[in-house]
Amino acid sequence: MKKRVAQLLMLASLAGTGLTQADTLPEALGSSFEAINHVDMGRLQRDPLQEFCSKPRGQAGDSAMESALRDEAMASVVFPAGDDFIGDWARGAEVANNGRGLQYSDDPEAPNGGNCYACHQLDPAEVAYGNLGPSLTGYGARGQSDVMLRYTWTKLWNTHAYNVCSHMPRFGALGILTEQQLKDLMAFLFDPDSPVNQSIE
Amino acid sequence: MAGKIRIRAQLDGDTCEVKALMRHPMETGLRKDQAGNAIPAHYIEEVTVTHNDQVVMHSYWGAAVSANPFLGVRFAGGQAGDTVRVTWRDNTGATDEGETTIR
Amino acid sequence: MDLMESIRNAWRLAALFGLLVAAAPSFGEDAGIFDEYRAMFGDDNPAVFVIDEGEEYWFEPQGPKNSSLEGCDLGLGPGVVEGAYARLPRYFADADMMMDVEARLIFCMRELQGRPSEEIQGYPYSMRGDLGTELEALVAWLADQSSGMPIAPGQEHAKEREFFTLGEQLFYYRAGPHDFSCATCHGQEGKRIRLQALPDLTSHEGAAGAYSAWPAYRISEGVVRTMGWRMRDCFRQQRFPLLGVGSDVTVALQTYLAVTAAGAPMMAPGLKR
Repeated sequence: MKKRVAQLLMLASLAGTGLTQADTLPEALGSSFEAINHVDMGRLQRDPLQEFCSKPRGQAGDSAMESALRDEAMASVVFPAGDDFIGDWARGAEVANNGRGLQYSDDPEAPNGGNCYACHQLDPAEVAYGNLGPSLTGYGARGQSDVMLRYTWTKLWNTHAYNVCSHMPRFGALGILTEQQLKDLMAFLFDPDSPVNQSIE
Repeated sequence: MAGKIRIRAQLDGDTCEVKALMRHPMETGLRKDQAGNAIPAHYIEEVTVTHNDQVVMHSYWGAAVSANPFLGVRFAGGQAGDTVRVTWRDNTGATDEGETTIR
Repeated sequence: MDLMESIRNAWRLAALFGLLVAAAPSFGEDAGIFDEYRAMFGDDNPAVFVIDEGEEYWFEPQGPKNSSLEGCDLGLGPGVVEGAYARLPRYFADADMMMDVEARLIFCMRELQGRPSEEIQGYPYSMRGDLGTELEALVAWLADQSSGMPIAPGQEHAKEREFFTLGEQLFYYRAGPHDFSCATCHGQEGKRIRLQALPDLTSHEGAAGAYSAWPAYRISEGVVRTMGWRMRDCFRQQRFPLLGVGSDVTVALQTYLAVTAAGAPMMAPGLKR
């Protein structure tokens, strides 16, 4: 891993000189990208899940590997102490609406957002929502059983526990959002007073 | 003075077609910045197009016009080589202009 | 498929494309709102000014060699600009490299004008408040010189085919803290992010609609943006590091796109939000 990063860094130093052309994918990556602000070349290194999922949609991968990755994802989930899942839905609404975080144009000191509306419908009064993921409007109707809370937390923490190669980021497992932000998102989804669970008449 | 209005004027039969691209933020005054403070209104209020110093179009604009306005004007009576000028004035009193010859 | 067949297909596709553009709504389920707005422009496009500027840059002597770019060979011979953009990316023997339009322009600026690569690569694209860069203007003009012509990237040379395969692999390369690849957003039909329609770039129609419309005047920014810029900005949003101008990754991805789009007519410079 460290050797690979060193290789990438060396090739990165040649970036833009136009002196070489890559023969392989790692070479191409190393010579085509460069670190900027707080974003380093290590981001181009893939973990086993990313490697397995770097394939066309619908293309089957090795099923044993898929099971192993699913189990690993499930094992990675860290539940909040005391099963205290629900935070503040108003803060959760901000997390869902905030599309910033981890880009080289973002302030590394500012909190990351979940950018949920990029892919999901949530508050039915919000028309600017994407359709890459299913609608989550009325999510609270599912109730707050222990099973449902743990399922939803798991999806947010590491969705691959249920859907290997899902397009959704691993908000908990990769530290994109803090535990408090995730609790606030849970409230945004589950709290009966949350906009997600209001009908627009 | 080199302004920031890009302008071209072309003859199409008897009609001269003028296109001008202006650079202006056209702030309505209703937007807020990230901190929640209102961004002050800043928009073009008056636009004049002249042909050889004769006014062929004079208009009053407001905040409803989008940023970097793209203006198209057609008028009759232009000849190749004539001068067409576009000027604007905004709500702060600033002005800009652009000039070209008809092709 | 021989050349005549390709040209006939190109005209069929052009006619079909014309019908698709006229009919609402567009793919990606944004209710065709922007298509209506674009239709109001008719043939108008603020990019006309940038095209003129690009032409001026081509003929302007610059650099230590005080030379213009008139001798630049974009693949069809020195100084031949008509139709050259539509045949890119391609392999260039004099550099022994695959190049897109931006890599080739930077190459010509270095070889013909004596200008170092860093001059353009250090500041290739407009920043906030800029009125446009030399690279944006040149690419706008060159794309206009291929307007209406079928997209036909080189695929005869082994390196050209290698770069198609490399581009396809890169398209599905999931990495970064969000696990995003190009395919995350552009690998299926009928999707949008917020309210922005996302073309399926793995399909001919999606790739054609996308590749043919860049470079484009971007209304929200007031400048012309190139395909190279679009790739760079996608990677920023994917939480990847900075993509180099004319780099292997951008050339390979553009090769993959252009081959998938091949046959469809170039419509650039386009008009985008």
